[in-house]
Amino acid sequence: MGIDYEKLGFRAGLEIHQQLDTSKLFCSCPSVLTDECTATFERTLRPTASEMGEVDRAAREEAKRGRKFIYLASSSSCLVEADEEPPHEVNREALETALIVALMMNAEIMDEIHFMRKIVIDGSNTTGFQRTALIAMNGEVDGIPIESICLEEDAARKVGEEKNVVKYALDRLGIPLVEIATAPEIKSPKHAREIAEKIGLLLRATKRVKRGIGTIRQDVNVSIRRGNRVEIKGVQELNDIPLILENEVKRQLELIEVAERLKGKEEEIKKAKVMDVGDVFKNTECRFIKKVIEKGGTVMGIKLPGFAGLIGGVKYKEHRLGREFAMHAKKMGGGIMHSDELPAYGISNEEVGKVRKMLKCGMEDAFVISASSKEIARKCLLAVKERAMQAVNGVPREVRRALQDGFTEYMRPMPGAARMYPETDVPPIRIRERELKKLMKMLPEHPEEKMARIASQYRISREDAKQIVYSGRDDEFEMLASKYAGHSKVVARILLHILPEIRREGYGEVGMEKIDEILHGLSRNYFAKEAVEKLMHHMAKNPSATLEEAMKKCGVRAMDEEEVRKEVRKIIEDRREFIMERKMNALSPLMGVAMKSLRGKADGGMVSRILKEELQKFLEVN
Amino acid sequence: MIETGDEVEVRKGDRVYRGIVMPRHIFSDKNMLVIKLPSGYNMALDRRKCEIKILKKGGTRKKQVKPVEFDDSKPIVALLGTGGTIASYVDYKSGAVHPAATAEELTFAVPEIFQICNVEADVLSQKLSENITPADWQRMARRAKKYLNDGKPVIIAHGTDTMAYSAAALSFMFRKLPSSIIFVGSQRSSDRPSSDAFVNLMAAVRVALADMAEVAVVMHESISSSRVAIHRGTKVRKMHSSRRDAFVSINAPPIGYVKGEKVVLEGEHKRRSGGKAVLKAGLEKEVALVYYYPGMGRDEFEAMVNGKKGVVIAGTGLGHVGEHLIPEIRKLTRSGIPVVMTTQCLWGSVNLNVYSTGRKLLRAGVISGYDMLPEVAWIKLMWVMANESNVEEAMITNIAGEISERREIGDFVK
Repeated sequence: MGIDYEKLGFRAGLEIHQQLDTSKLFCSCPSVLTDECTATFERTLRPTASEMGEVDRAAREEAKRGRKFIYLASSSSCLVEADEEPPHEVNREALETALIVALMMNAEIMDEIHFMRKIVIDGSNTTGFQRTALIAMNGEVDGIPIESICLEEDAARKVGEEKNVVKYALDRLGIPLVEIATAPEIKSPKHAREIAEKIGLLLRATKRVKRGIGTIRQDVNVSIRRGNRVEIKGVQELNDIPLILENEVKRQLELIEVAERLKGKEEEIKKAKVMDVGDVFKNTECRFIKKVIEKGGTVMGIKLPGFAGLIGGVKYKEHRLGREFAMHAKKMGGGIMHSDELPAYGISNEEVGKVRKMLKCGMEDAFVISASSKEIARKCLLAVKERAMQAVNGVPREVRRALQDGFTEYMRPMPGAARMYPETDVPPIRIRERELKKLMKMLPEHPEEKMARIASQYRISREDAKQIVYSGRDDEFEMLASKYAGHSKVVARILLHILPEIRREGYGEVGMEKIDEILHGLSRNYFAKEAVEKLMHHMAKNPSATLEEAMKKCGVRAMDEEEVRKEVRKIIEDRREFIMERKMNALSPLMGVAMKSLRGKADGGMVSRILKEELQKFLEVN
Repeated sequence: MIETGDEVEVRKGDRVYRGIVMPRHIFSDKNMLVIKLPSGYNMALDRRKCEIKILKKGGTRKKQVKPVEFDDSKPIVALLGTGGTIASYVDYKSGAVHPAATAEELTFAVPEIFQICNVEADVLSQKLSENITPADWQRMARRAKKYLNDGKPVIIAHGTDTMAYSAAALSFMFRKLPSSIIFVGSQRSSDRPSSDAFVNLMAAVRVALADMAEVAVVMHESISSSRVAIHRGTKVRKMHSSRRDAFVSINAPPIGYVKGEKVVLEGEHKRRSGGKAVLKAGLEKEVALVYYYPGMGRDEFEAMVNGKKGVVIAGTGLGHVGEHLIPEIRKLTRSGIPVVMTTQCLWGSVNLNVYSTGRKLLRAGVISGYDMLPEVAWIKLMWVMANESNVEEAMITNIAGEISERREIGDFVK
């Protein structure tokens, strides 16, 4: 059954983060990821209160977790990434790229660029904030308004997490990112994918962005009527977007349904208390709980009034509230089990009954238990309670993380605007008209226009032209297709089909020089275009092979003696007068002429032998 | 008139933006109007190209100040503010950083502090530390004495640029301390989540409450925030322009360190005692500190010491200057002006017996500064000239831990 997104009041926006292909934004470190580690250090971060005593919501929640961060330094980081030296002046090349992107999207560029500090205290920035600047506003891509174009620093790369300690590599920290945010005017999950693709294409058209896994990240925000705005971070693949959005819509529908059934229960939920129910499990068969109790831990429980049947899923089981509870508990370092899924995991029906009795659960009530140290179990259940209270109001505004399977999990509450303040260590940058005029002249061809032009100029299909532009092989294509006019279809086939096939087979890349050599051979009619594929594969498998060897090995037919003799006779006939004058001295100049037309088709030694024989014959006769 | 904090509507072409007027960055173009958009971003617009309408005057917002309850069961610590950003909080609206002027405001910056003590906050000055003068050291010392004699250890929050100078000055001035004077600063301002201020300040409180009566500087030991070092006021120097672990004890190990809640005092240190603080705050301010460089001419040297009543030279290696300056130095010492030799190497001691230039300098009446840091010797000479009758004798005597007799192999950071 398809979902009618329009009827649900579906609204989605995209935030695309693209790494730029230049050194870091505020220092000269290379933007290269590495596994080496030259030094480590350890920090904590804390939220800082504003004058009004306000602490950002998201920051406060993170601070509650009290985590410690270990940073791994390498040759891709310096004192700036370690937050041991102030940022240097902004990378001009990165700024220029951001301006080019803004111009391509027809956006209004700021008269002056001001970097801000956006508070992020999950450790992914050593400073506790991300430096970000608004470059332009009010652009447009394919009919969708672009609300903002920002230039910012990428975060550190998480490489490990254990209990309360998170490890980050500093190599990625500070790589310049362009962030494109669309208005929430995207109509459907499929539409979102299309727009993301268009934006990606535009970014790549600058030829100044990084390519490959992890260099572009998509965040999507989505809401439906009676739901709420939810931001989903880190969608890696374009193809994942529709599924993730569809799932989010279902999740919101599920939560709306749960809220509907919880009406009037708010006060009761507020009163719920966390209790120690460890006594129930003294002789439990549940191996996990047994272990926890042996280690001196216990089982804590909380009653959730009115939640019976709602935790395990109502409309969409896979988007059950239980998943949300579990994630909130996980953030506090523990796990949970709830009455909708019990008895299970070795917990008996009798034990369930005892817990119900202890917590005074009625028919309509559910309970959640957590086994761990008393303190952690308590924290987990308080987090569950907090989430349960939100369930009354339906969908909480929050930030979620995209998972591989198209699902998402809770990350943090939606941060407020309170978390931004000026980065005073970086002077503002005036953007002048003449600078923009200069950039206007450097703007790359719009991808759509480029597709149309390539198709008509080189007489290839629209589809091939599109593929060439999408794959970013447009420069290579144009170079080869104009050099070997008349063979543009072969060039397209090489770039779009043969090379990817070779890559799939796991062989090394066939370099441009090799491709050029093959096309040269083709243009000289050394072989038919049908042989190109075979030759390419041979040369991929045998990187040191010359074209001649490849032709021989592939049985791409070179000329035989008779054909060579025929060609040589023709050359001699054509130069009759010259030969009569020079006699045998004509041999050397004629060899040059012969080789010019026979190189690659026949062995030089054979050509020389045949030419000598034929020349003697000719002179004997004439 | 448009003022910072006003809510405005700005019309540029057919676009309308709303936001709050922000203070202009000093490097911002004078025609720029900077507004904070609802998204939190600052946006700059050329005033000449837009129409601005005030929607709501900003006015001054009242601070929400929660009173801090005095806790009888906890000790009292005096926190003197001199400027710097250790105990400050940010106004996210304007981005301005304000220092904590009272205990109440300190709760915004470092609420944890009240879990271990009561704080009497006292703002002495609002100076960037590069603007601090010897007269400020005297003010600091007098105010500190007042609290010390009330039985309250003192923490002085100080900008890091000249913190070591102030610490050295107070080290000489206090001839007896009932408890400690702890200097503390931050290399990352406290408006940042990564600030070292909190860890340093909490450590400073713990050191102030420990059984020690010294003037010390308490700052990060490494770039990790796990350990904080306790440096003697006369041996410490800022050795890096930006790192958290910029402060280093030179020619001596630190007194100790703080790890979490634990204060470890490994090095020599005086214990707390009853009694009153003895303060001798006098300073002879006409003392020159001359950094010798190759080719420094006699006239240049003369100009630098002209009118001075005492001179400290930061010489090369074991304590040398070009031989051509020796007659000038002799002239000074003959007229009763003490000249003290220290080394630019910072690490290691002056020894004027090894090379002929050193021996000539000794003959010319130069006083060896041994392993005193040049600026510490300079402060000491100022203090000695104002408080001691035998200047030479006092300069070569260890008064406040400024001269070490022995240096172990480990006492060198490369």
